[in-house]
Amino acid sequence: MEYLIGIQGQDFVLVAADNVAAHSIVKMKQDQDKMFKLSDKILLLCVGEAGDTVQFAEYIQKNIQLYKMRNGYELSPTAAANFTRKNLADYLRSRTPYHVNLLLAGFDETDGPGLYYMDHLSALAKAPFAAHGHGAYLTLSILDRYYRPDLTRDEAMDLLKKCIEELNHRFILNLPSFSVRLIDKDGTHDLEKLIPVGAK
Amino acid sequence: MALQDVSGFQDTPMSHMWNTPASLSGSVPFRCDNRHTSLSSLSTSSSPPTRRPFPLSHGTTTLAFVFQGGVIAAADTRASCSGLVACPSAQKILPIHSHLLVTTSGSGADCMLWERILAREIRLYQLRHGRRLSITGSAKLLSHMLHPFKGTDVCVAAILCGWDVEEVRVEEFKGQRVDRMGSGRDDSISPAKRPIEETVMSTSDACSQDDLTDCACERTRHAVTDVDLTRSPVRDRCGPKLFYVCSDGTRLQGELFSVGSGSPYAYGVLDGEVRWSLNEEEAISLAREAVYRATHRDAYSGNCVDLFHITAQGYCRRDREDLREEYHRNRERVLKRGKEESEEDKK
Repeated sequence: MEYLIGIQGQDFVLVAADNVAAHSIVKMKQDQDKMFKLSDKILLLCVGEAGDTVQFAEYIQKNIQLYKMRNGYELSPTAAANFTRKNLADYLRSRTPYHVNLLLAGFDETDGPGLYYMDHLSALAKAPFAAHGHGAYLTLSILDRYYRPDLTRDEAMDLLKKCIEELNHRFILNLPSFSVRLIDKDGTHDLEKLIPVGAK
Repeated sequence: MALQDVSGFQDTPMSHMWNTPASLSGSVPFRCDNRHTSLSSLSTSSSPPTRRPFPLSHGTTTLAFVFQGGVIAAADTRASCSGLVACPSAQKILPIHSHLLVTTSGSGADCMLWERILAREIRLYQLRHGRRLSITGSAKLLSHMLHPFKGTDVCVAAILCGWDVEEVRVEEFKGQRVDRMGSGRDDSISPAKRPIEETVMSTSDACSQDDLTDCACERTRHAVTDVDLTRSPVRDRCGPKLFYVCSDGTRLQGELFSVGSGSPYAYGVLDGEVRWSLNEEEAISLAREAVYRATHRDAYSGNCVDLFHITAQGYCRRDREDLREEYHRNRERVLKRGKEESEEDKK
């Protein structure tokens, strides 16, 4: 019922997530932020089982910050992604696995932008674009068709809007708004929320 | 999920992976069954993997919302157990301290226990640190205490309603000894120091938000502005706060929540009418009507309604009201309206 999407460009990563926190058939909250700031240039987007998302994401967030405090420098996005995956994998075969699907987006000084796809079975893949949720079935083909590695920021934004319009058109559930953020060498930027026309 | 049933969507087989101790022995790690909550029993619990000696039901209607005059919390008083009314006068809103209430939903025993534990932990925090834990902190504390029990049969779905009272400890402020605002319960405890910038900012916040209540601002001489009817300060550091905490780990901050089997009916009434600018009378009658409508439709809610109102001064409790009265009042209203309309038609 939730939706995450990430698009990597030449020197930026654009990510978006829906804002609904639902419980059975009721929308408990319509302005929930599903992105967690791991550091200045790393964002973790997290959806999945109700309590697990926040617990796991905050756990990773605090550990990343602890690493910075102890060692004086921040983890790179690759390192953060692998750390997250390792934690997921460790809990997977315990009595209390975390059922979460993640996108980790970051910008590294040396490696440039990176988008990492992780799922609840602790698979990890670096991908140029990725999506989670039932909406992914509808939008991955759009991403396949129109994505190019040298997308500009505006083009990536248009591609994102295309995906969200498709969701608005075809997805049975109403997702009224989406938070959008962009990560580049200058850090994380909050962009305007996307509100598909026709939705309340 | 109900909607998945309706739309015939096949979810991935890995949707429910919670292994309880009972199911671990011998069974496949990933269970492929999808348990959906049916529309008729919108309980807040996840389906039990172990067999219960008797079916637990979670019938209740509780609600809470924030408005310019504080927080209103309301709940019905019926405790039901597998189709019969176990107690027609249960209390579902429990005060933790003068500025925090918790509404209970889910398993009655679990709620009672966890709220006592929460009250204990908040009190211990206060004794250790010299200041009261904020509502946000209390919600986080409850959520983290419940997390280890995720996947077991513990079922608690609570709304924490409270007012964050700002404590001013600025001795540096023109050499004056400043008073604490709000609760008078724990005057004996010497407060902890806070950094100056933080306190200065929060002072102005606190003053601008305290509307109906006489802002105990003996400290600084800020002008107490009129209440901003359009602004809702729930995101600010002090003022009314509302948190939904569930034993499955959910913790949400918001301005309107309703929990329980009767909650959709309550949402129907509240969503159209709740506004920041309601006055106290309107807010209370709205809360009462929402509970009434929910109890009218939901078999597991009923009997009486408890109403609480929280302001910066603390909570105050209204007398328990029998919803039968509301039913008769409503009938009269409908009859009167019918009569007026037929008179209009005659003219």
